[in-house]
Formats: sequence, C-alpha cells, structure tokens
Amino acid sequence: MTTASSADHPTRRDFLYVATGAVAAVGAAATVWPLVSQMNPDASTIAAGAPIEVDLTPIAEGQDIKVFWRGKPIYISHRTKKQIEAAQNVPVASLPDPQPDSARVKAGHDQWLVVVGICTHLGCIPIAHEGAYDGFFCPCHGSVYDTSGRIRQGPAPSNLPVPPYTFVSDTKIQIG
Amino acid sequence: MSGPSDFQPTNPALKWIERRLPIMGLMHSSFVVYPTPRNLNYWWTFGAILSLMLGVQILTGVILAMHYTPHADLAFKSVELIVRDVNYGWLLRNIHACGASMFFFAVYIHMFRGLYYGSYKEPREVLWILGVIIYLLMMATGFMGYVLPWGQMSFWGATVITNLFSAVPYFGESIVTLLWGGYSVGNPTLNRFFSLHYLLPFVIAGVVVLHVWALHVAGQNNPAGVEAKTEKDTVPFTPYATIKDAFGVSCFLLFFAWFIFYMPNYLGDPENYIPANPAVTPAHIVPEWYYLPFYAILRSIPNKLAGVVAMFGAIVVLAFLPWLDNARTRSSKYRPLAKQFFWMFVVVCIGLGYLGAQPPEGIYVIVGRILTALYFAYFLILLPLLSQIEKPRPVPNSIADDVLAKSGGKSATMASAAIALLVAGGLLLGGADGARAAEGGPKPPAQKWSFSGPVGTFDRGALQRGLKVYKEVCSSCHGLSFVAFRNLAEPGGPGYSVAQAAAFASDYKVKDGPNDAGDMFERPGRPADYFPSPFPNEQAARAANGGAAPPDLSLITKARSYGRGFPLFLIDFFTQYQEQGPDYVAALLQGYEDNAPAGFTLPEGSYYNKYFPGHAIKMPKPLNDGQVTYDDGSPATVAQYSKDVTTFLMWTAEPHMEARKALGLQVFVFLILLTILLYFTKKKVWANAH
Repeated sequence: MTTASSADHPTRRDFLYVATGAVAAVGAAATVWPLVSQMNPDASTIAAGAPIEVDLTPIAEGQDIKVFWRGKPIYISHRTKKQIEAAQNVPVASLPDPQPDSARVKAGHDQWLVVVGICTHLGCIPIAHEGAYDGFFCPCHGSVYDTSGRIRQGPAPSNLPVPPYTFVSDTKIQIG
Repeated sequence: MSGPSDFQPTNPALKWIERRLPIMGLMHSSFVVYPTPRNLNYWWTFGAILSLMLGVQILTGVILAMHYTPHADLAFKSVELIVRDVNYGWLLRNIHACGASMFFFAVYIHMFRGLYYGSYKEPREVLWILGVIIYLLMMATGFMGYVLPWGQMSFWGATVITNLFSAVPYFGESIVTLLWGGYSVGNPTLNRFFSLHYLLPFVIAGVVVLHVWALHVAGQNNPAGVEAKTEKDTVPFTPYATIKDAFGVSCFLLFFAWFIFYMPNYLGDPENYIPANPAVTPAHIVPEWYYLPFYAILRSIPNKLAGVVAMFGAIVVLAFLPWLDNARTRSSKYRPLAKQFFWMFVVVCIGLGYLGAQPPEGIYVIVGRILTALYFAYFLILLPLLSQIEKPRPVPNSIADDVLAKSGGKSATMASAAIALLVAGGLLLGGADGARAAEGGPKPPAQKWSFSGPVGTFDRGALQRGLKVYKEVCSSCHGLSFVAFRNLAEPGGPGYSVAQAAAFASDYKVKDGPNDAGDMFERPGRPADYFPSPFPNEQAARAANGGAAPPDLSLITKARSYGRGFPLFLIDFFTQYQEQGPDYVAALLQGYEDNAPAGFTLPEGSYYNKYFPGHAIKMPKPLNDGQVTYDDGSPATVAQYSKDVTTFLMWTAEPHMEARKALGLQVFVFLILLTILLYFTKKKVWANAH
C-alpha cells in the first residue's frame, strides 16, 4: 500500500480518490441546479400568464385593438372584405414564409386576424395599417407584413406568429 | 504570493499566457506548493470555511437581489414572494439568512483561535489588523442586510443602530440625518442600505485578498507557535491542506445544513415576520446573536456617549492586541497562565452575549457591568501584565519536534474544547430567546403536530378543515394577503385539484380594473388572485375593531412565539422543536375565560385570554363548539377547530415546508457520504506525513 500508486496497478487508494472526487463533482453539479432554476419565471408570473378573454363587439370593421397577454401585445384586427381578399388571393408559393391565409385565421371567422404584434426580426412592435400591403409595418428596420400578418418585405425571417386562441362565442375569444 | 515561482506550463498556449501574465504561477505558488506547517489542527480549517462562506453569501446574495425590491412598501412582500414563488427561493433565502450566522460563528472561532495561539504577534500584526477590518466590515454588512426584509426588527434595529451615531458630540444629529436621508428611518434609508449591502461584500473580498497575501508573506502560525525552519516542518498546501480543509468544510456544511433545512428560523426573531411599523416598537429589541456581546457592553454603561465609545472600543481594542501582549511565547499552549485566562475570557464573552439578550434591568445590569470591566481588563491590564510576570514552558525546537511529541491527551482536550464551544455557541445562538422567556404567564402547552420533526408533513384533512374555519370565521376580520388561490392546488398544500382551486377562487369577488371606461369593477376570483382582505386599509380595520387592527394571518404562526427558557431552547436545537408559533396560536384560540381572575381589571372592550401577553385581548372569543360544520366527521369542537386552523396557518406561513424537509433529507445523506469519503481520503493523504 505504501509504494503502490500507479496507473497500471489500480489500488484501494486510487479508488478512494476517484470515489471522493466523483461524489464531490455530483454535489457541485446538484448545487448548480437551484442556482440556475431560480432564473426561470416564478410561480406568480406563470399564474399571471393564464388565458384572457377579449370581447370583440366594440371593434368595428377596419379597426384593430391591441391587448396584452403574457406581457406581449396581441393585435386583433377586424379585417375589411378588401383586406381578406388581398390576403387570400396572393399566390402562397411566392411568399418568403409560405402560409395560406386560412391557416392563420379560424374557419368561419375570416374577418378576425389575431397575431402577436412583435416583429420577428428583432422584437419591435409593427404599426398596423401601414406599409405597402395595408398590413403592418415595422418602423425599426422596415419589415412589411400583409393583411394576414405574413412577412412580405424586409429583414424579418417569418410571419407574425398566431397565438393560441379559441372563439368562446361569435363575439368573444379566449387567448391562451 | 510567496515570491517568484518556478512553475512552467508545458502547453504552448498556456506558456504564451504565462509569459505575459504569470497567473498560473501565482496560483501554483500560493495554493499548491505553498509550504504549510505540518502540525496545524482543525481550528485552522476555519480560514477555508470563511472563504467558502464569503463565496456562498455573495452568490446567494446576488441571486436574491435579482428578486428583491428595495422599497419600503414592497420590500417585505418581495421577500415573501421570493420564498413562496421563486424556484428554490425558500432555499436561497434560508442559505443567505442562516449563512450570515454561520459566517459569524466561523469568524468568532477563527478569532479566538488567533487569540489563543498568538497569531497576531510579530511578524503577523498587519495580517491581524486586516482581520479586524474584515470583522468590522462584516458587522456593517450583516446589520444592513438584516434591515432589508423590512420587518419589525429590521426597522427598529436600523433605528437603534443608526441612533448610536447621535451620541457624537455636536455633529451627532446631523450624522444621523445624513445616514437616514430623511427625518426618520424610511425608504431612502432602505435604498442606501441595499446599495451598501451589495457593495460591502466585495470590499470584504478585497480585504480578504490582502489578508491572504499578508498571510502568505509571513507564513501561517501553528499550534506550537514556532516558525517553520526546515522542509521537515512543512508540507505542500496541495494536497495536504486542501484535503484537510475540504474535510473541515464538509463537516461545517453538515452543521450549516441543519439550520437551512430543519431550523431555518431558530436564529431569527419572530418579530421580523411582522412588516415594519414605525408606530409600534417591539417589546424586546434584541439584535442578532452575533452582536449581543457588544450590545451588552453598550447597555451596561449608563451614559450615552460613553456606552457607544465602549462598544466600538471593544472592537477597536483588538487591533492593538499585537502591542498589548508583549509575551515572547506565541502559543498559549506553553503559557500556563495565559491559557487559563484565555478560557475565562471566552466565558466572559459568552456571558456578555447571554446578557445582551436579557432585559436591561436588575441583576443583569450589574453582571453586565462586571463582565464589561473584565472584558477590557483582559486586554488592557491582564495581557500586558502577563507578559511581564508569566514563566512560559519551553517551546519545542521545531514544528517537526512538536509533531513527534504529540500525545493522545491532546485530542481529548480538543474534543472537550469543541464541545464547550458548541454549547457556548448554542447559548449565544438561542440568546434571543432570553428576553421573551422572562415575560412570565402560563406557557402554551406543547401540542403534537403532524408537521413537526425532520420528516413531518401537513395533515391534508386538517388543512382542508382549517381552510374552512378560516373562510367561515377568521376571514371576516383577518386577511391572508400572501396566499393565492392557486396555492391551494400546489404540492405540499391542502391537496386540492387545479379545478377545485379555481372553483374556490370563483366564489370570491375580486376588485379589478380600470376597464376601458376607466372604472374599477368586480369580477369572480381567479387562481392567480390572492385572498381578498376584509378591510380596504388599516385605518378601516382599526376603526371597525375597537382600535386594534386584526393582523394578517399569512405569517402569524411564524410571527408569534414565546420564550422557551434555558435549557429548553438548547434542547430544541437538537430535537428540531420549532412549533412555538403554532402552539401559541392554538393555545390563544382556546385560552378565553369568561371571567377575569379576581384583581385583574379588564379594560373596556377587551376580553380575558390566558395566553395573550398582558391577557387583555381585543378579539372576542372567535370559536365556539358547533360553529363550523365538518363534512368528514371530525368533532366540531373548539379544540379541533383550533388545531385545524393552526395547521392551515402553519401551511400559509410556510407553503414549501414539505419540500424543505424532503430536500434536507437528500442533502444530509449526500453530505454524510461526502464527509466520510473525505475523512478517509484525508487519512490516506496524511498517512505518511505524520
């Protein structure tokens, strides 16, 4: 025991060292977990992110409102016939992020467009009813979205995301 | 830090860096090949323990600051939300709060060790003075940290301590106003204390670097007190000191974890679970245990300025120690008289700590004055005198000789010293108990609670029944403002489903708004809402209840306590008894008597309660037999109601108690395993060094 401690003759001493080191390493790794986990949203933040209900009756045709859900602005647009047609008639294959209008609204509720109002480029809020396509225009870096919230021009890589929502009734939606 | 190193990395990239910044060589010479005396005992591991504690406090502190709000209206709540909502927030807060105590516990041992072995003597005077500076900085940091939760003790501690500076002649009042940033302790005070509490630990870390630097220039002292002369006297820092320190740290972590997971509130004051109230001073202002000896010195001098001077003097005198003690022999091991007086001095310090927690009256004041005189006499009279008259025993020729001469008897004295220190520490730690114990009156009977002990869990049935009692009875006057409906469905709680909690919430009307028209409106409660309070504000609560606002019940079982007295509070530490609050609340609910005893005049609008301090309570008897109907067949009696609602209120005070105890068990299994492994590793490493 006094002389042996080389790689080719594993000894009880080596085993002890490895075991102690391994246990200490496991402890260190386990300690890191709560220190990192605390950075995630806390329970009250998660609870505050519960679904919200929005009454659509006050929104006239051609108007839109902005509501907040989980700290994000959600655009709810009451689209005009012209806007719906423009959204539906565009050849899908020609779009940078091809998606038909029907995939972005709920069936039977073509007039309602609900999108997260955060530019997919770097997170600014696009302005509604602006830009060449009568959709959204982002003043930060010039991204242009159409009446379905799809990216048409500019640096943004993808369409404005559609948040999870359902129609509770014809005039009320639940977001989340 | 000990001269140029011959360390040369072989990797070309590291070589390139090392030529430009020899940081690896510095680390190598300071913490690997650095020669450390081979006869160091375990009292020397407290240096490593302190480094660890500084790291732990900075790390957990930086994290807590991510979630804390330094505002007088929000601070208390934000601390509660950290504990309740942040992932592992309860763990981080317990580590930080108990960590402060552990830090001081370790620093006191470190200081007494230096005192005993003469570590302040030439050539280590600067090293020692840097240590005194670190200690002063620690006291300032600890004090300001204690203010941050903005509870009653935070607020009144801040008031009392800042008022110390008003003793300064001529400028006192201006200094205090400057410290406060206002006409009293308030939001500006809290803000600057937060800023400084964040800053000072990094200043401490800087001074620690100087402290270690000075240590590595002079070399470590050792139990024999003779300098290392030859290579036989020393061993390289790594692996010898490293592994020994690791073992010492691991043992210390076991002690630390006992507090974190099982006795998190043992060292705290229940008053600090009551939000700061500038209108009411708590009956017993007691600082944290680590300030108690100095607090006792302050109070034992019947003059404001002299008291403050004596208190600061008690610390400053330490810096002059190298010149007060002129004895040639360093270690008290070879100083028969100094050794005895050292232990007497330890007893004096512990005695002062004990007195600091007692009410400042009668015999306590007299004994306090005697001990204060003895404290200063030790430094100013005894030590200078001893160096003239004492005949020291011969010291060993070298450290190697000391190691060879080591006898078995030494470990026995070490063990007894360790036990003495532990008991002494316990006395100090539980010291805050003292003032309350002196209050008198009947003690609440200790009940059997399902949630007590190391594996106790809440009785789900009792929680559900207790919620019913709260809703039907207590909630008409008492709020529960830190508890959200969603909590009812969380693990470790009453065991309701998410849907049940949502249904429970929808029974309540919650004020919300403003809506698009700018009006406030009422809507059904949601799981994310908190229990609505019965009164819109404190004034309304006061007006409706004969001048006494019914306290919020969220934290009541942690905010109420009663003195256990000596030696019970020491035993409590080992038995993990921490149910003073629930015992008191349950006793209070059953403690009403229709007629006050003869000779007791009950004020108008008050009721007699056996267990309420002062016995005259404004709350009428809240519970009567049969008042609440239970669906599960439990007896509809006051005793059962009290027990159930108290269990429920223990859960509202600490919703993650079950998680705390469960994680504690895992941590203990792990730490015991690690400690055993480190012990044997240490033995193997040191096998050929002894």
